Amino acid sequence: MRIAIVDERASRAAVIGEGLAALDDCELFVVSERRGLVARIAEIDPDIVLMDLGNPSRDVLEEYFAVSRALDRPIAMFVDESDDEAIAASIDAGVSSYVVDGLASHRIRPILDLAVRRFNAFARLQSDLAAAQNKLAERESVDRAKRILMDSRGLAEPQAYAELRKAAMNEGKRIAEIAEAVVTAHKLMGGS
Amino acid sequence: MRPDMTIGFLPLVDAALPILALEHGFAAAEGLRISLVKDMSWATVLDRLLYGHTDAAHMVAPLALATTLGRGRKAHPLSVPFVLGLNGNAITMRPWLADRLAPEGALADPMDAGARLKAVVAEGQRLRFGVVHRYSSHNYMLRYWLAACGVRPDADVEIATVAPPFCADALEAGEVDAICVGEPWNSVAVERGAGRIVLATAQIWRRGVEKVLALRESVLESRRPETEALVRALVAAARHFIDPANWDENAAILARQEYVGGDAHLIKRAISDRLLLSMGGEPVPYPDFMFQYREAANFPWVSQAEWLYTQMVRWDLSGFDPDDARKAARVFRPDVYRSALTGSAEPLPGASSKVEGSLAGTTVVGTQQGAMTLESNRFFDGGVFDPANLKGYLSDLP
Repeated sequence: MRIAIVDERASRAAVIGEGLAALDDCELFVVSERRGLVARIAEIDPDIVLMDLGNPSRDVLEEYFAVSRALDRPIAMFVDESDDEAIAASIDAGVSSYVVDGLASHRIRPILDLAVRRFNAFARLQSDLAAAQNKLAERESVDRAKRILMDSRGLAEPQAYAELRKAAMNEGKRIAEIAEAVVTAHKLMGGS
Repeated sequence: MRPDMTIGFLPLVDAALPILALEHGFAAAEGLRISLVKDMSWATVLDRLLYGHTDAAHMVAPLALATTLGRGRKAHPLSVPFVLGLNGNAITMRPWLADRLAPEGALADPMDAGARLKAVVAEGQRLRFGVVHRYSSHNYMLRYWLAACGVRPDADVEIATVAPPFCADALEAGEVDAICVGEPWNSVAVERGAGRIVLATAQIWRRGVEKVLALRESVLESRRPETEALVRALVAAARHFIDPANWDENAAILARQEYVGGDAHLIKRAISDRLLLSMGGEPVPYPDFMFQYREAANFPWVSQAEWLYTQMVRWDLSGFDPDDARKAARVFRPDVYRSALTGSAEPLPGASSKVEGSLAGTTVVGTQQGAMTLESNRFFDGGVFDPANLKGYLSDLP
């Protein structure tokens, strides 16, 4: 089975591909270049095309499939159009799939289910990563705010932190927000 | 709180009305909470609509018909209670081609430019045009113009699909020689020196139907009160859109990243009917480039759906099917538009269908309520579309 993954985000394509690579008798092709997309797909001659829903080239690809219907390998969107649940899961995950007509459903279904799971896994990875980066950035600003208080008011580190926490409680804000404000104010006052 | 209506859209200036209905509180004034979902392809806008991620969508009109008729996919009946605007697209060409077709600093004359294009093609130039979707008014307007000028689409020139955000790139890279696309993408191509605006689609058909508000038929029926409230909110947004006092503010709203994105100055050109045709030039006023509100512009005329159906038959080479013609006509729902606005101060036409292209000048028309005059709705070649004779119209086309 020849599977093409069209994704401009190479990192996501890698996550999807990694999952599909475990399948037997599947050959994977990753297309992340927008230019020459249609020619590349024609060259790959895939049985299945997976593409993320946010890709602006979906209409271009669908046009190509509509035209190639005249050829002997028509491509239908989503394997089983009667299976609304599978389609909904696919849209929730953000992946669209195009499958050559006539491929047996029991061969395709595991691949599409896997693709949906990998898309979801990638989305979770992304949000975990964003959360981790956010946390790191927050810790940095708290450290800098503490340093500012220690330097300007001669406080010890635990006291500096206690001051930030007290301000946060009084203002009903998070410590990170107060720290951010201290750092900004310090910059405005000419600190470095 | 959960929104009453979620509306999908593509980042184009003609997605303005739902955006303004939300931003200016016209929907809230109707007791309707709306939220918007931005996507990057019509395929995804359609998927979300069909599988219930959205309740309504900004959509190229022919796609609503194609989806109902099951062209390219399984059939899903859609309904259109409101037209989001008329025209607003343009044909932008690579400078070398534009220079052969259009006088400097002005839009071309469609008849003259078509004759010149035919000469370019006769020299053996293999030209490629880009349109935003197979089932778009852009595709049908472009093909109408070409065919009327003796240039055969597909045989003499190639027509390919190009995603709107990549139109300027494709022109610049020479992947296409011309594009027919909505704003702001013509202006973006001009700004980058990649192309020159040669024609506005309003020059091809003075009152051509463009994007529509599409819902699944079952959603429209089961949520009739919300649908009618949305129609009223969109009419209020259209009235706001055409007032010059609001242009700067509306351009700034549309330019926000969560909506169309980009430069508010470019967006203002489209909404104020003043286009910069080529880099370094002066903006050229072209009245009714993007047509809203007046003359029942947002009314879903059944005859417009029928015209689109004839073009689908013409270019899909699918053969005329009276049953499909009836289904296509029923996609447009003037009854819902009327029901939403009966008793309001908004004028409503007396008829729901008209002979398209038949008016050369100002004409007073009969109404259900209020007073209404229509201006010229001509096709550039003088063609007249009588919805009573679809087959005859088709057989008379070149």
